[in-house]
Amino acid sequence: MTASIRPVVVGAGPAGVRAAQTLVAAGLRPVVVDEAPAWGGQIYRQQPPGFTRPKRALYGFEVTRAKAVHAAMAAIRDRVDYRPHTLVWNAEGERLDLLSDGRAATLTYTHLILATGATDRVLPFPGWTTPGVYTLGGAQVALKFQGCGIGRRVAFLGTGPLLYLVAYQYARAGAAVAAVLDTAPFTAKLQAAPGMLRLPAVFAKGLWYLAWLKARGIPVRSGVRPLQVEGEARATGLLWREGTRERRVACDAVAFGYGLRSETQLADLLGCRFAFDALDRAYLPVRDAAGRTSVPHVYVAGDGAGVMGADAAERAGERAALALLQDIGTAVDGARALHLERELGRIQGFRRALERAFPVPADWAANVPDDLVICRCEEVRAGELRAATREAGAREMNRLKALTRVGMGRCQGRMCGTAAAEILAQACDTAPEAVGRLRGQPPVKPLPVALARHVEPEEVGR
Amino acid sequence: MIERLVTPVAIVGGGIVGASAALALRRMGLAVVLLERDFCGSRSSGVNYGGVRRQGRPMAQLPLAERAHRIWARLPELIGIDGEYVRSGHLKLARSEEDLASLEAYRERAREHGLDLEIVAGHAFRARYPWLGQRALAGSLSPEDGHANPRLVSPAFARAAARLGADVREQTRVDEVAHDGRDFVLRCGDRLEVRARFLLNCAGAWAGAIAERFGEPVPMTSGHPNMAVTEPLPLFMDVNIGVEGGGIYGRQVARGNCVIGGGQGYGLDAERARPAREAIFALLVQAAELFPELRHAHVIRSWSGTEGYLPDRDPVIGFSTTTPGLVHAFGFAGAGFQIGPAVGEVLAELVRDGATPTPIAAFSITRFTGAERAAQPAAAAPR
Ligand SMILES: Cc1cc2nc3c(=O)[nH]c(=O)nc-3n(C[C@H](O)[C@H](O)[C@H](O)COP(=O)(O)OP(=O)(O)OC[C@H]3O[C@@H](n4cnc5c(N)ncnc54)[C@H](O)[C@@H]3O)c2cc1C
Repeated sequence: MTASIRPVVVGAGPAGVRAAQTLVAAGLRPVVVDEAPAWGGQIYRQQPPGFTRPKRALYGFEVTRAKAVHAAMAAIRDRVDYRPHTLVWNAEGERLDLLSDGRAATLTYTHLILATGATDRVLPFPGWTTPGVYTLGGAQVALKFQGCGIGRRVAFLGTGPLLYLVAYQYARAGAAVAAVLDTAPFTAKLQAAPGMLRLPAVFAKGLWYLAWLKARGIPVRSGVRPLQVEGEARATGLLWREGTRERRVACDAVAFGYGLRSETQLADLLGCRFAFDALDRAYLPVRDAAGRTSVPHVYVAGDGAGVMGADAAERAGERAALALLQDIGTAVDGARALHLERELGRIQGFRRALERAFPVPADWAANVPDDLVICRCEEVRAGELRAATREAGAREMNRLKALTRVGMGRCQGRMCGTAAAEILAQACDTAPEAVGRLRGQPPVKPLPVALARHVEPEEVGR
Repeated sequence: MIERLVTPVAIVGGGIVGASAALALRRMGLAVVLLERDFCGSRSSGVNYGGVRRQGRPMAQLPLAERAHRIWARLPELIGIDGEYVRSGHLKLARSEEDLASLEAYRERAREHGLDLEIVAGHAFRARYPWLGQRALAGSLSPEDGHANPRLVSPAFARAAARLGADVREQTRVDEVAHDGRDFVLRCGDRLEVRARFLLNCAGAWAGAIAERFGEPVPMTSGHPNMAVTEPLPLFMDVNIGVEGGGIYGRQVARGNCVIGGGQGYGLDAERARPAREAIFALLVQAAELFPELRHAHVIRSWSGTEGYLPDRDPVIGFSTTTPGLVHAFGFAGAGFQIGPAVGEVLAELVRDGATPTPIAAFSITRFTGAERAAQPAAAAPR
């Protein structure tokens, strides 16, 4: 009966690996597609062949989990059809369009688990396009993947757990950490502490990073507002405001970010219903507790379904796979499914507390100067977005895009969409949810014109 | 409570046709209400390729296209922006001797309508367009045709009309239309009722329903041209490119992105369209062949739209034969962006004068309904 089932998992991070493992355990042979050269996802990203740093150094506290996820995938390696280096650039009608080494292929599925992860939430500030400025996630990838830092003396800015984690990882790797600048006030963390105690271990880890950084004399500040990256050809310093005082550090690189945002384009292209999620301040695919979307046989799991972190992702991946199995009439361990849902609920509670501890600066949009570039692909400035609202009556994201080009460039709004929505909402004096979301358009990422010469016939069978 | 409006002229559809009709009516001093289901210029008119060309049109459309050509020249004055409109020239390529022969034949006929085309071939062709691939053998150049940004131009027509006093209602879908013997009665949900002496049916690919409602069914089908755009590239394509026989067209905007089109997408539902993967592949193959510069470029976005096509690929423009005061303008077959502004002026003249100096007889709805002649207009519109 399972012979006609052809499950595909997109993403080989914690969610995708656990999903695949669960499917394999039930006797299915899923296709696992991932853009990266090796499994592990963003958080447990593996270093390229030839790099030999120990996993302990790469993953720190997470080393046990990283090893477990890597091992889980290694163990099922010959029972899955694994396609690394493969981008899904389009999805429609039970078919995925793939791009791998410049070749195009089509992959059909009967059931699809989207575990596509997240990227940094970017809120630009003056000087953010200066060479040497990276997102926190980007800075971490450089370190984890290739063992190189983004600079010798790095300032860390923004908010969220990643802020402290990446600063810690850089310091451990031998970089000078110029400062760790959190835009959230310290009081927010105190208020959130009771909620964070739902996951005492995670909470303790956060405190530990903080203490570690402070113990090494690294300036750690709360309630800051970034003012400017100094430097032309390369960052030379970072200016910020603290209360009424202006401060500065010298640095040759800046890593910044404000939490994460889900990668949801494939769910969008497949027509999944979306709803605004107040916690993530973003439109997300509507899903049930198991990860079923509004489109039959399409499931979402992990950060791509709403940002909950790696531990949640593992559980969500497994839960989504169980849902798939339930939907094809395979008996599953109901108690296990329920247990996973409960765990996810608990992590969700912790997530709420995290959001209170690391709130996105509420005054960001209001304080953005008109000449600040918001969309760097298309060089669209905040003032142009505001003018389109004022003069052309734009009150909706796709309209704003049509009139200003914001989100029309290489990234298709993946980087600038959040910021543009915040600015539009502020300019219209409304909530971000009222301005809607950018419609997904294929390709999900840039597609080489030359690829067409390598079109493979549609794949069937295993 | 339902809002009630009484107006001499109601327009259904805020695409470039409906919006430019609204603008033209306001410039004549006539009151008008424009009803748009979504945002003005967000459908065909805002997502099209952006070709602004007369070359290649059926002869019957050339007077209208000439009229539009003169309007395009005045864009900033009319709508307040230049809409990235450039008269780059439009070059229609021949890939075979037969293609060239038909381009030459077209040039002869177009000349009678005052459209001067230049055949460029041989050495001169290669020297002038060194960036074209070897498959292109020659071309027919229309020096004053060009291209524009539809995302900017079409909404700006509606905004210009609104600035001159047109009552433009966006996100207002017309759900019901009726004629009570005197006036049209339009209902938009339970929010709005509009009574009007004239009704301009400018509902694009969705106009057939209104025509049918008044006893004039037309064999209109929806088509979904496939579009794609590359990342910005150094400027090389200095002319808007078409190909005899179709298949692909391309232009490069000032920012450097190349917009290419060709083949058909598909309708996601009645209102939304998507490009089709096979058509995208076919388009990219042709693009790499015709524009070698694109071989190392990336496509960053693709899209499609929903456009109305009648079997003879000419539009319906003119009075209804069943209902006085009803004027149709739809079925532009993937080519209504350029002529849209002229159609708007023609519609305004039909309302004001009951006639237009621009020949439109070829576009009568009677060619499908078999009716004898157009119904006379309602009494001259109140000013
Ligand atoms: C992909 C593509 C490429 C094209 N390329 C070119 C080109 O290069 N050059 C060229 O000249 N032409 C081109 N065209 C054709 C051109 O875009 C159209 O012919 C032209 O825009 C038609 O204008 P319109 O106002 O009739 O239609 P539309 O722009 O479709 O406007 C009709 C409007 O009516 C509204 N509407 C429908 N029903 C209702 C209702 N019940 N109540 C309220 N509102 C309603 C719709 O929402 C819509 O906004 C292209 C078309 C497409 C789709």
